[in-house]
Amino acid sequence: MKQITDFILVEKNDYGRSVLLRLRSDRALPEIQPGQFVQVRVDGSPSTYLRRPISIHDVDFQHNEIALLVQQVGEGTKHLAVAETGDVINMVLPLGNGFSIPEKGEKCLLVGGGIGIAPLFYFAKVLVENDIRPTLLLGGKTKSDIIRLADYQQLGDTFVTTEDGSLGEKGFVTMHSLWQKEVFDKIYVCGPKPMMKAVAKLAAEKNVWCEVSLENLMACGLGACLCCVEDTVDGHMCVCKEGPVFNTRRLKW
Amino acid sequence: MTIDLGRGLMLRNPVMTASGTFGYGEEYTDFVDLAKLGGIIVKGTTLHPREGNPYPRMAETPSGMLNCVGLQNKGVQYFIDSIYPRIKDFDTNVLLNLSGSTLEDYVTGAEMVDVLDKIPAIELNVSCPNVKQGGMAFGVTTAGISQVVSEVRKVYHKHLMVKLSPNVTNIAEIALAAEASGADSVSLINTLMGMAIDAEKRKPKLSVITGGLSGACVKPVALRMVWQVAKAVKIPVVGLGGISNATDAVEFMLAGASAIEIGTANFIDPAVSAKVADGMKAYCERHGFEKVADLTGALDS
Ligand SMILES: Cc1cc2nc3c(=O)[nH]c(=O)nc-3n(C[C@H](O)[C@H](O)[C@H](O)COP(=O)(O)OP(=O)(O)OC[C@H]3O[C@@H](n4cnc5c(N)ncnc54)[C@H](O)[C@@H]3O)c2cc1C
Ligand SMILES: Cc1cc2nc3c(=O)[nH]c(=O)nc-3n(C[C@H](O)[C@H](O)[C@H](O)COP(=O)(O)O)c2cc1C
Ligand code: FES
Repeated sequence: MKQITDFILVEKNDYGRSVLLRLRSDRALPEIQPGQFVQVRVDGSPSTYLRRPISIHDVDFQHNEIALLVQQVGEGTKHLAVAETGDVINMVLPLGNGFSIPEKGEKCLLVGGGIGIAPLFYFAKVLVENDIRPTLLLGGKTKSDIIRLADYQQLGDTFVTTEDGSLGEKGFVTMHSLWQKEVFDKIYVCGPKPMMKAVAKLAAEKNVWCEVSLENLMACGLGACLCCVEDTVDGHMCVCKEGPVFNTRRLKW
Repeated sequence: MTIDLGRGLMLRNPVMTASGTFGYGEEYTDFVDLAKLGGIIVKGTTLHPREGNPYPRMAETPSGMLNCVGLQNKGVQYFIDSIYPRIKDFDTNVLLNLSGSTLEDYVTGAEMVDVLDKIPAIELNVSCPNVKQGGMAFGVTTAGISQVVSEVRKVYHKHLMVKLSPNVTNIAEIALAAEASGADSVSLINTLMGMAIDAEKRKPKLSVITGGLSGACVKPVALRMVWQVAKAVKIPVVGLGGISNATDAVEFMLAGASAIEIGTANFIDPAVSAKVADGMKAYCERHGFEKVADLTGALDS
């Protein structure tokens, strides 16, 4: 069941353009699938009228805690980045459909680009809990975009590309040497659209099953306003409700 | 708290949710006990299915938003076969928002909905600014509105609410034409035509360039129009446009509305509609109004 809940910011870590927010609630958390998101109300920012969709980066059910990884791009996210511990942050959650959980024994590759790495953390954690050790491929413009690398490395073999070569292999995620060496059963991608398209194309060429998590502009986040649609083989679908995760075979991009 | 809008449309309280902002009600049942609402008005429905406009369909604006959804829906027949059975037993009034591009579409659609037991009223949308023939052509002239309302009136036997466009020079005149043609009530306002530009990219933010403005920013305009229309017509007026809390809702009642609708505010607080109903009740108690209906037009001017 979805809920509207006041969370308290209990911990904040700065990563330059991004911040990691750990938020605690008094209420028991609902069931949360990896890949689902929250709609955050940004209080005290006059130019931010609507809620902002943010992926669930990590969950700690024991302490009723949720973590968000937020990149500052505009007023709303900048405002979230200056929140202080003790601040109340209101969220609607959990929203959308998460990644599909693979079968035991399937080899999974999780590809994240930029802030798109955010939902992959909780996803990798859930996979590990299901006895599946994923491979992760994280891409960014530069070294500082690759946040929490050591934590990702705990969850699976982790590879990195940066466009300037400051960390890992130089170039885009699709250029990493991993693609030449390994074969995967399932590929999951979250990042900027051009990057997701490029990975989807690569997956299609290799005839590998592939899911992507889209980030269309949203208003309600509940499937009510029909603003966030993506063109699919079944017509216009709401990314917030039918997605944000889609099998690439359904997308008409 | 009950409100009688006439021709069998009785509301438990004045609060309804606006078309296009509350889906089919199902999207909100985790947050709102629908039995706390006077009614819900479901998504704009046309006789034939419509894919709507391309993405992007929304842009945030100061204290509001623009949308150009363009009436995406699966048509009246699909509504009857697949959606109506799921929502007909909601413990609140379910109103259908009916749109069209031709007179025949409106009339045929209204005929099909007339036989649905649990739909006590339609809200005739002659004011969608987002599709070339979204009916706004009917809604912006007295001749157009008289034609569509009187034709629909012939085939539709339940409560006929007509939703007015604010994109006109004299809204009272349009409301009078709707009343004279057989409308049981009028609701206003639909969205105001607007536009947003991304200066960096030198591109419009919406796929079809213009869209409908809604949210808190439109409230003063909506309030003024409700006041003007309520003075002009004898049928009940349903007020909406930027209502975000109970105080806003009371203001619309004071301006002359008999009931209100909540739209964009549902996106910001999915539980707002029930809160507004509670808040209006508290206002009445605080100010000694025995019936919420007594608020209608109680402006001390
Ligand atoms: C399902 C989903 C999950 C998301 N998860 C995360 C996350 O985990 N971490 C994170 O930092 N961000 C995430 N985002 C993106 C985040 O919602 C936007 O960055 C945020 O809404 C921007 O708000 P703002 O007020 O800071 O910027 P605004 O002032 O609203 O926008 C700044 C600029 O960014 C563009 N923009 C804003 N939102 C989007 C978008 N969704 N897609 C493309 N361009 C956009 C605007 O057009 C504008 O040019 C997610 C989005 C979705 C839909
Ligand atoms: C995303 C969106 C979709 C809408 N769809 C419809 C619709 O299908 N039919 C209709 O009559 N009005 C539609 N409207 C208009 C609203 O019902 C309402 O008239 C308008 O938004 C003003 O009220 P508000 O400021 O409270 O939102 C829509 C509005 C929004 C924001
Ligand atoms: S954001 Fe409203 S339907 Fe997706």
